[in-house]
Amino acid sequence: MNMYSEKTPGDALVLYGQTFASRLLLGTSRYPSPGVLQAAVKLAQPAMLTASLRRQNLQAGDAVPNTFWAMLAELNVPVLPNTAGCHSVQEVITTAHMAREVFGTPWLKLELIGDDYTLQPDTLNLVDAASRLIKDGFQVLPYCTEDLVLCQRLVDVGCQAIMPWAAPIGTGKGPLNPYALRTLRERLDVPMLVDAGLGLPSHACQVMEWGFDGVLLNTAVALAQDPVRMAGAFANAVQAGRAAFLSGVMPEHNSAQPSTPVLGTPFWHQV
Amino acid sequence: MTTPIKVLINGDTFELAASATLADAVALLQLKPPFAAAINLQFIPNTAYHHTLLHDADQIDLIAPVTGG
Repeated sequence: MNMYSEKTPGDALVLYGQTFASRLLLGTSRYPSPGVLQAAVKLAQPAMLTASLRRQNLQAGDAVPNTFWAMLAELNVPVLPNTAGCHSVQEVITTAHMAREVFGTPWLKLELIGDDYTLQPDTLNLVDAASRLIKDGFQVLPYCTEDLVLCQRLVDVGCQAIMPWAAPIGTGKGPLNPYALRTLRERLDVPMLVDAGLGLPSHACQVMEWGFDGVLLNTAVALAQDPVRMAGAFANAVQAGRAAFLSGVMPEHNSAQPSTPVLGTPFWHQV
Repeated sequence: MTTPIKVLINGDTFELAASATLADAVALLQLKPPFAAAINLQFIPNTAYHHTLLHDADQIDLIAPVTGG
């Protein structure tokens, strides 16, 4: 169903030395049903699916099978576990190790929340958490703000990619600070995925046009009236934005510039 | 006879034998993979369940995969 299916040869997303065909990462929460999630994933063909860990329902015991786990296995898309809900470095470290054992992967979306109202990352402790996880062998994709110095420090401690937010998680507001995001893109030479706050395919296209390497979405797809179709729309938008970035955009002008040749204009006379 | 211990598992109180291990707790709850465990905010690898003794007032978290963003 992808309307724009042309991909630039050799233009794969590379994270920690691993190549991914898609530049779209998709969250798995808040879909109206597991079937809708499954259909959205099959259409969008994301590079990775995010997942999380929560306390077992002890009353259920083994009576209720983990259907999500079975679905992940069936979809066969690489899983990116997150540390959502962690408020301290120790919580992050423990959750990361539990995730590595359960999901069998060293990949990790590092989330360390500093404020529950905005779900803003704890920028003062994020670098320490990232540093410790990298020393423990994790391939860390930190969810961070667009703060240039914070992102530089994350790269300094070994993050080979970073994931600045566009806006607070689940707001769908799109990039709130284009200047900072574009500055970040110009200053740091690591893969950057815009994570959180995108609401429209045009938001995704916009950040891809600015040179970001990919986007991570969840709510914008899951809460659309037709999540499956929206997943396809985002996949197309990411590809279009990437193609536009690689094409090189025209310089902007303040005055009009006729696109039709002026030479030979009929009825023209000098006044 | 030794006094049983009380531990918190996922926020609920359970009474176990004084010599209980994490493996005993998992068996009691009839949990099956996939899940992972932590005691007092320290990760316990599944290879260590059988020799990890529980203590009174330990806080145990047993967590499983769920959807996430």
